[in-house]
Amino acid sequence: MASFTRMIAGRNPAVLLASLGAGTVAAGFLLSDSSALSAEGKKSLYPPRYQQHHLLIIADFPDLRKHNNCMAAALTPAIYAKLRDRVTPQNWTLDQSIQTGVDNPGHPFIKTVGCVAGDEESYEVFAELFDPIIKDRHNGYDPRTMTHPTDLDASKITNGVFDEKYVLSSRVRTGRSIRGLSLPPACSRSERREVERVVVTALAGLKGELTGRYYSLGDMTEQEQQQLIDEHFLFDKPVSPLLTSAFMARDWPDARGIWHNNEKNFLIWVNEEDHTRVISMEKGGNMKRVFERFCSGLKQVEQLIHERGWEFMWNERLGYILTCPSNLGTGLRAGVHVRLPNLSKDTRFSKILDNLRLQKRGTGGVDTAATGDTFDISNNDRLGKSEVELVQMLVDGVNYLIDCEKRLEKGQDIKVPSPVAQFKK
Amino acid sequence: MPFGNTHNQLKLNYSSDQEFPDLSKHNNHMAKILTPEMYASLRDKETPSGFTVDDVIQTGVDNPGHPFIMTVGCVAGDEETYEVFKELLDPVIEDRHGGYKPSDKHKTDINPENLQGGDDLDPNYVLSSRVRTGRSVRGFCLPPHCSRGERRAIEDLSIQSLDSLDGDLKGTYYALKNMTDDEQQQLIDDHFLFDKPVSPLLLASGMARDWPDGRGIWHNDNKTFLVWVNEEDHLRVISMQKGGNMKEVFNRFCTGLTKIESLFKDRGHEFMWNEHLGYVLTCPSNLGTGLRAGVHVKIPNVSKHEQFGEVLKRLRLQKRGTGGVDTAAVGGVFDISNADRLGFSEVELVQMVVDGVRLLVDMEKRLEAGQAIDDLMPEQK
Repeated sequence: MASFTRMIAGRNPAVLLASLGAGTVAAGFLLSDSSALSAEGKKSLYPPRYQQHHLLIIADFPDLRKHNNCMAAALTPAIYAKLRDRVTPQNWTLDQSIQTGVDNPGHPFIKTVGCVAGDEESYEVFAELFDPIIKDRHNGYDPRTMTHPTDLDASKITNGVFDEKYVLSSRVRTGRSIRGLSLPPACSRSERREVERVVVTALAGLKGELTGRYYSLGDMTEQEQQQLIDEHFLFDKPVSPLLTSAFMARDWPDARGIWHNNEKNFLIWVNEEDHTRVISMEKGGNMKRVFERFCSGLKQVEQLIHERGWEFMWNERLGYILTCPSNLGTGLRAGVHVRLPNLSKDTRFSKILDNLRLQKRGTGGVDTAATGDTFDISNNDRLGKSEVELVQMLVDGVNYLIDCEKRLEKGQDIKVPSPVAQFKK
Repeated sequence: MPFGNTHNQLKLNYSSDQEFPDLSKHNNHMAKILTPEMYASLRDKETPSGFTVDDVIQTGVDNPGHPFIMTVGCVAGDEETYEVFKELLDPVIEDRHGGYKPSDKHKTDINPENLQGGDDLDPNYVLSSRVRTGRSVRGFCLPPHCSRGERRAIEDLSIQSLDSLDGDLKGTYYALKNMTDDEQQQLIDDHFLFDKPVSPLLLASGMARDWPDGRGIWHNDNKTFLVWVNEEDHLRVISMQKGGNMKEVFNRFCTGLTKIESLFKDRGHEFMWNEHLGYVLTCPSNLGTGLRAGVHVKIPNVSKHEQFGEVLKRLRLQKRGTGGVDTAAVGGVFDISNADRLGFSEVELVQMVVDGVRLLVDMEKRLEAGQAIDDLMPEQK
């Protein structure tokens, strides 16, 4: 057991075992978890070395009793024991994947994911943990049996231009990872710099309305910085403990930057929470055009990196591979800033959003409150439906919300729509 | 990478120059000393528990520092770090500890009988006295690198040992994760409670992982002796009381430490120590004695004197605000403590504080009376 030897080297197993007292959490799991070893009952069945190994693993099992996140719901001592000594080809471990979920117990009302991938292989090597998390987060999607459709043909979108009396701006974002390089929680400085080099070189090849330039976070001037802040383009070093506990902020601001086109409606973040985040946005309600530019830009970037021998991380079970399991599949959030002064006060507002598979956020983005009557409305789902399907759902949903708003303005009643169908099983 | 030694083999596929951190905007000891050549020579090494040079320096890379304050910028993950990476850490230690050389020997002296005086500081000026240090348990990884199992084992050992203390030292352990609201409030009111680190200097090194698992506070019933478990070091040991009787504080400090050490030994464990570095702690700045002996002292006049800074320098003392490091003084009350940690024994450092504070109080009294203090100016210690 080569990995066992490596694990105990320098970690003083005799000391750990000797100090496992009756009052520890570890002993608690030993005695109560029926799927783990019960030290007394099974002592005679296992040779001493194996028993010692199991006790060591239990000594390291995190205390998740106060936790409310997808990882804590899915991780059992048995799964931990099975996966703990595995490593991905890049030597990324389970403990590293779950560190953010251990450090951040979560919120009673918001269920965070609680684990991250360090590389593409994490989703395979630690499948026993990631699969149930994916199911939990993505409405029962089973990566073992289902396939994820990718569709970036924007011409299929219908009714994608909103009434600008209500919709103030439209935006679509996703992420892309460069195959062969570790993800932000795990990457070394070289790998991160390589991601930057690959992406920036490719973006320099964009032409026409996508011509633009790159601003490295470490090198930008004060004026450039102020400009990017004013345009709401600048991203800052993460302060959220969800991200910093996942090791994503190491070496900041090395190899981080922002690229945008001259028209300022196509924007790429490099090495923030993912290798790249790709954003198409404009004022007003022309979601169709925003999505057209999004798809066209993505395809061109993909072509440009192919020319140099690189590709995006993608497979047909999980779609596009990103750092957080919540962003698998399309990684797509399509949304609008929309004024709904009457509808937002209606008690049926939340139910309507639920059935349309939409979520509301404040206009500052996730975890912000709405100002006035303007909301950020976007799709809930990421995996199991294609980009076109999700954007069409958003389009149909927003049109429905605007229709409700208009009716309420005129004193007419509104109806809660039937729930949109889940993916085919 | 904290606890995992991920990637080190993979990184070697890239050249040293490709991996070398950008330290162009940095002002800390690590950044001053680390060269591309040194990095190249250290990058393929690891300690027996898998701690690498990138693990050592991560906090210094992530925290460029302050233009006026020189932070250390590196940490140890285990006792062997100071050996395996001595090419980097010896010069850092020399820079931080006033020219302490790799061949120098450190003296340990925790015999309180050797302290002269210290029971006579004027309580009208000296409001409180305190001595703290840290201890690491040999055989375990340090807070930046330890696993949950190791951290819990240290906590268990600490509880077992501390529960055996009696007399003036008899006390109770409060695990951070099991504390009731009342207990928590009491500990806050007593100024005993430590919280999850927020300083990016500490967070970047991996010390706050798994919080609050394995962390806790022990104190004696008299609330004069306090041990922090698994915060920035395995153990932080603090003796404190109101007033100016530093001798009593130091007595209790030495007695308590000696007892704790022997209780750990009874259980088969010793503290990390060697004759070159003294007591081994997580941050190189705390090597040697790891000792900070200090008082809260009312010196509104002295502190405004133009020679105040020079006086402190000659006495080998430093000033802080009464909230501790990185705070400002309030109402002329300063936290005055020894500046050194390594190269002087515990008794020597506490003696410097006792003698120095006595002098500052004398100067304060002179200035209050409108008299000069020129004849009291000390020599450089």
